[in-house]
Amino acid sequence: MSVITRNGPAGALTDDTLPRKKTALDAVLNFFRRQPLGTAGLAIMLVMFLAAAFANVLTPFDPEENDFQAMMQAPSWTHLLGTDQMGRDIFSRLVYGARTALLVGFSAAFAGGLIGLVLGVASAYFGGWFDLVFQRILDVLMAFPLIILALAVVSVFGTGVFNVILAITIPLIPRCGRVVRASALAVREIPYVDAARALGFGHTRIVLRHMVPNVVGPFLILLSAFVGQAILAEASLSYLGLGVQEPVPAWGLMLQGGAEEYATTAPWIAIFPGLAIVMAVLGISLFGDALRDAIDPKLRDR
Amino acid sequence: MYRYIVTRLLLAVPTLVGAAALVFVLMRLIPGDVCVIRMGSGGSHVSQAAVDACRQQLGLNDHLFVQFLSFLGNYFTFDFGISMWSGRPVIQEIATRLPVSLQIAVMATLIAVLIAIPLGTISALRENTWLDHVVRVVAVAGIATPSFWLGIMSIVLVLDITYLATGKAWMPPIDYVSFWQDPIRNLSIVALPALTVGYRYSAVTMRMTRSAMLEVMREDYIRTARSKGLVEQIIVNRHALKNALLPVVTLIGIEFAFLIGGLVVTEQVFNLNGIGRLFVQAVQNQDNVLTQALTMLVVLIFVVSNLVVDVLYAWLDPRIRYS
Amino acid sequence: MVVRLGLWAAGLGLVAAIAAGPANAQTPKKGGTLVFMIPADSPPSFDGHRETTFATVHATAPFYSVLIRVPPDNPASTTEFVCDLCTEMPKPTDDGKTYTFKIRPDVKWHDGSKLTARDVAASWNRIVFPPSGVTSARVTYYAMVDKIEAPDDNTVVFRLKRATTAFLPALADPFTYIYKKEILDKDQKWYEKNIMGSGPFKFGSYEIGQSIKGVRNPDYYHKGQPYLDAIEGIFADKQSVRVEAIRGDRAAMEFRGMPPSARDQLVKEAGKDVVVQDSDWNCGNIVTYNHKKKPFDDVRVRRALSLAVDHWGGAPALSKIAIVRTPGGIVFPGSPLAATKAELQQIAGFGPDIEKSRAEAKRLLKEAGQENLKFELTNRNVDQPYKFVGTWLIGEWKKIGVNVEQKVVPTGPWFAAMRGGTFDVVVDANCQSVVNPVLDTAKYLPKKVYPESYGDYDDPKSIELYNAMTQETDPAKQRAAMRAYEKHTLDTEAHGIVTPYWYRILVIRSYVKGWKISPSHYLNQDLANVWLDK
Repeated sequence: MSVITRNGPAGALTDDTLPRKKTALDAVLNFFRRQPLGTAGLAIMLVMFLAAAFANVLTPFDPEENDFQAMMQAPSWTHLLGTDQMGRDIFSRLVYGARTALLVGFSAAFAGGLIGLVLGVASAYFGGWFDLVFQRILDVLMAFPLIILALAVVSVFGTGVFNVILAITIPLIPRCGRVVRASALAVREIPYVDAARALGFGHTRIVLRHMVPNVVGPFLILLSAFVGQAILAEASLSYLGLGVQEPVPAWGLMLQGGAEEYATTAPWIAIFPGLAIVMAVLGISLFGDALRDAIDPKLRDR
Repeated sequence: MYRYIVTRLLLAVPTLVGAAALVFVLMRLIPGDVCVIRMGSGGSHVSQAAVDACRQQLGLNDHLFVQFLSFLGNYFTFDFGISMWSGRPVIQEIATRLPVSLQIAVMATLIAVLIAIPLGTISALRENTWLDHVVRVVAVAGIATPSFWLGIMSIVLVLDITYLATGKAWMPPIDYVSFWQDPIRNLSIVALPALTVGYRYSAVTMRMTRSAMLEVMREDYIRTARSKGLVEQIIVNRHALKNALLPVVTLIGIEFAFLIGGLVVTEQVFNLNGIGRLFVQAVQNQDNVLTQALTMLVVLIFVVSNLVVDVLYAWLDPRIRYS
Repeated sequence: MVVRLGLWAAGLGLVAAIAAGPANAQTPKKGGTLVFMIPADSPPSFDGHRETTFATVHATAPFYSVLIRVPPDNPASTTEFVCDLCTEMPKPTDDGKTYTFKIRPDVKWHDGSKLTARDVAASWNRIVFPPSGVTSARVTYYAMVDKIEAPDDNTVVFRLKRATTAFLPALADPFTYIYKKEILDKDQKWYEKNIMGSGPFKFGSYEIGQSIKGVRNPDYYHKGQPYLDAIEGIFADKQSVRVEAIRGDRAAMEFRGMPPSARDQLVKEAGKDVVVQDSDWNCGNIVTYNHKKKPFDDVRVRRALSLAVDHWGGAPALSKIAIVRTPGGIVFPGSPLAATKAELQQIAGFGPDIEKSRAEAKRLLKEAGQENLKFELTNRNVDQPYKFVGTWLIGEWKKIGVNVEQKVVPTGPWFAAMRGGTFDVVVDANCQSVVNPVLDTAKYLPKKVYPESYGDYDDPKSIELYNAMTQETDPAKQRAAMRAYEKHTLDTEAHGIVTPYWYRILVIRSYVKGWKISPSHYLNQDLANVWLDK
C-alpha cells in the first residue's frame, strides 16, 4: 500500500540533457563495467522475462490444477519448491506468476507513466488555468488513499487482472505527471520552444518534437521504479483481499495465503513467493538505479 | 513568504473539496451498504424491514446531492458526523486511534534517520566499493519486500526463536497501552512494527542520502575545499552533509505524510488499533461517514506536510525564494 | 504428509482424552482472568436484539442472562434446552400452543435491583414485536409467536399461533438478552452503547476496536459461578494475529474457529499445553444458481453442475486445509432430522460412483447444448472457507469441461449481488446459531416466501413440501417429510449445492477448563462455567 504512495529518489531528479552520441555497444559494455549491481539487476529481469515467455515449456505441472493427493508437500525432486495448500506445484505457479507480475508491473507502469507524461507535458506547455486545475487534480490523486480506489474498482468491476492493473495505475499518474511537468517547465523556458512557436508550428508538433524528447530521461527512470512499485502494490492489495484472485497464479496472491496460514507449518508456501517478489523488485530497482546513473550526465562525467 | 503560505493554503481548498467529491462518489459506487453488511453478518435472516429502517435512519435514502452537501456543509461547522457502524462520533473514533499511528510513525522516522543518514553517507563516500554495494542491496531490498510479509515473518521469527531457545513460544503483548501509562509495555508492543516500518523507510531515505551526497561531493565548492587541503572529515561534516540533507529532509517530510496512510497493512499485521486499521474497517463496513472523515484527514496531513516541507526547504536553503 | 497428519490427529485424540479425564474429576478453581480473542474488529453495537454478528455475542454475552439456552455442560446436544432465568422447562399446554415459564426469584441486576418476569416479557416483546423506531433482527424468526405476557412478577407466558417443534430451539437463541424494563421504558436505544445485565460478569471497560473487559458478578444466581475473576476479549480480525496470540500465550483461546493448519502447528509445538475441541458447525456454504440467468434456468445444467462435485472425495482433502469437514444435505449433520449417508447417496453429487456421476453430468450438458459452459462464480473475499470452497468447486467443474472464473468481492458487494440478482452462480452461506432445522431449511424456499433465498425461482412444490414438514410434530414423520423436501431441493430441482458443512476447530490453552464446544460459535458464550487451572 505504502509502496505506491512513495516517490522514490528517482522522482527528485528532474534535470537532464540528452546523452552524448556513442555506439550502442560501447554504451552497453560501459554500463556492464561501471554498474555491476545494475548488470545483476538486468540478469534477474532477463530470467523473469524468459520464465514468463517459456512458462509452458519450463513447468512440469499445470499451475491451476488442484491435486488433493499432494497437498502441502515439502520441496522434493518431483516438486522442486514443494506444493501449496491445494496441492499445486509452487515452482510452476511461480514461473507462470512471472507472467502475471510482468503484465501487472509493465502495464500499470506504462499506462500510468504515459498518461502522466502526456498530461504533465501538456500542463507545462499550456500553463495558466489548465496548469492550475491540472495540478489540483494531481494533488487529489496523489494524496488519495489507494485502498478506497482499489476497493471501488474491485467492487464495481470485480477482481480480474485487468481491474487490479487499473487500480494500481491511477495513483501512478500523478507521480509521473509531477516530475514530467517540472522537467517540461524547464524546457519550456528554453528559447527554441519560443522560436518554434514564432515559426507557426502547431501545439502537437512542438510538444511532441521538442518537449517530449527532453523529458524522456527522467521519464524512463520513473518507469523502472513504477514497475517494481506496481508489483508490490499487487501484493499489498492481495493482503487486503483486493488483488488478483484464485486460481490465477500471481505472486502476491500466493504470498497472502501462504504467509497468513503456513508461515510455520509449511514455510515453503510462504517463503518462495516472497523471495520471488523481493528478487524481481530488487532486480528492477537495481537496474533502474544503474540506468539513472548512466543517463544522469553529472554522474556520467565523473 | 507569508503571502506564499496563504496562497498555498488557499490552493489546498480545491484539493480538499476534490478529494471529498472523489471519496464520496467512490464509496457510493460500491454495491451494497453498511446496513446490509450489519444485518447480514450472521449469514441469513436479514429482515428487510430492519434494513430499510437502518437505511432511513442513516440517511442513505436521501438524494445523493443532499447527502454530499450536508457532508461538506457540516465540515465547515466542524461537525464530522457519526460513524454509521458504531454510532459513535467520528471524532471520538479517530481520537482513540490517532496516538497509536502517530507513535509508530514518529518512531519509524527516528529509526529511519538514525540508520539511513550514516549508512547513506558512507555508501556515497565509498562509492563502488563492496561496502557501497552491500549497503545499496540492503537498502533496495527494504523497498522490494512486501510489508505484510516482512511483518508476519518477523512475528513468526520471534515466536520460532523463543520456542527453539526456551521451548515456549513468546511474543510481545497485543493489547496496546499508551507510553505514559506503561512505557516498557508500550515499547515492547510497538518495537517490532516500528522496526519493520522503519526499515522500509530507512531504505528509501538511505538511497536519497547517497545520491544527494554523491551530487554534492562533485560540486565546485567541495573541490575547492579539497584543493585547499581541508581534512576530508571536515569537508564531509561541515560542507557536504549539510547541503546533501536538504533533499533528504524533503523526502522525510513527504514520506511522513504518506506514512500515516501507509500504515494500513502494518497495523493489520500487528493488530494495532490505529488509523490504518480503522481505515480498513471503515471501508469494509462501507461506513461512508467514517471513510470520508479518514480520507479528508489523510489528504489534510498530506497537504500540510507538503507545505511545511516547502517552507522548511526555503528556510534551510537561502537560495530558494518563493513568490 | 497424509501420514504425518494422521499421526498428529492420533496425538490430538490422546491429548483430548488425557485432558478430559482429570477435568471431570477436578473441582473448579476460583480466580484468574480469561483472555480470549474475538475474531472481528468491533461489534456495531452492544444490543443483541438488534445485531446479528457473533462479535456482539462474544463481547457481551457474559454480561447478560437469557430465558433458556443450550445446556452449558452439554452444548453439543441439538435437542436439549435448559433454563437460565426460568426455574424449570415447561410442558406446553393448549395443544402445544402455550408455554408458561416460572422466573427465578433470586436474580439481581448488576445495579442491585431485582429482576422480575416483567423485565423478561418486556425484553421478549422488544425482540418479537419491536416498537416503532426499534430494530429487531429476528422478527421473522419468531413469526410463530402470537403473544408474550407477564401475568405476575414470577411468570411469563408465550402464546403461539400454532404448535411447532421449532419454537423451543428458537427461544434458546443466544442474542435474546434480558434487559431491564425500566431502562427500556426510558430509552429503547440505551442498550446499544451501554451494558447492564444480570449475567455472570459485570461490565468492566471497553476500548473501542481493541478490547472489552468484565469482572465477576458476586451476586450471580447460579451458585458458585462464575469461577473467573475477570474476562478480557481482544478484537483481532486477522487470522494470523489470533494464531500467533495463542501460540505465544497472549490469549488462551478464541471462540469462532481456526483452520486445520493452525491446529496442526499449535498442537505440534505446544503439545499438552493446548487442547483441541472440535465439532461440526451449523454453518455451510451453498452454491446458488441465478434462475433468472441462462442457462441456469435449465434444470439439466444445474443437475450437471451438482453431479460433478465429488463430496465424498473432496471433503476429506478439503478438511486438511479449510474449516469444512462433513458432507451433508440441507439439515445440519448432527441433528436427528439429518440425512444418513445412504440417504444422501440418493442425491446428485453424493452418489457412490463419481465417474458415473460425471459421465451423466457431461451427458446432461450435451443434451442442454452447454458442452462449453463458461460462467462467473461470485464469492466473498473471506479466506476460510469461502475461497477454499470456491477454488475446490472450480477444480471439480473443470473435470466436466466447465470453465469457471472466480469473482471475489468484499462482503457488501457480495450481499448486493445476491440480493440484487446480478450474479450467475454464487457461493452463498447459511449460518445459524441454535440447531433448528425446521427454520434453518427455509433458506431453500422460493424468494417470495423467504426473501433471503437468492436463487430467485418459483417452485410451489417446494413450498408445499416445506409446509408439510413444518406442520408435522411426530419425529419420524417429520424426518420423512424433511427427506422429501431435501430430495426435491437438491436433486430433482437441483436449486443449489450444499458443500461440506463447516468444521469448528478450537485450540485452547490447556489451563482453560470447564468450557465445552457447541455446533455454533454463537452458543454457550456466557463463560460462567469456565475456570483456569493455573
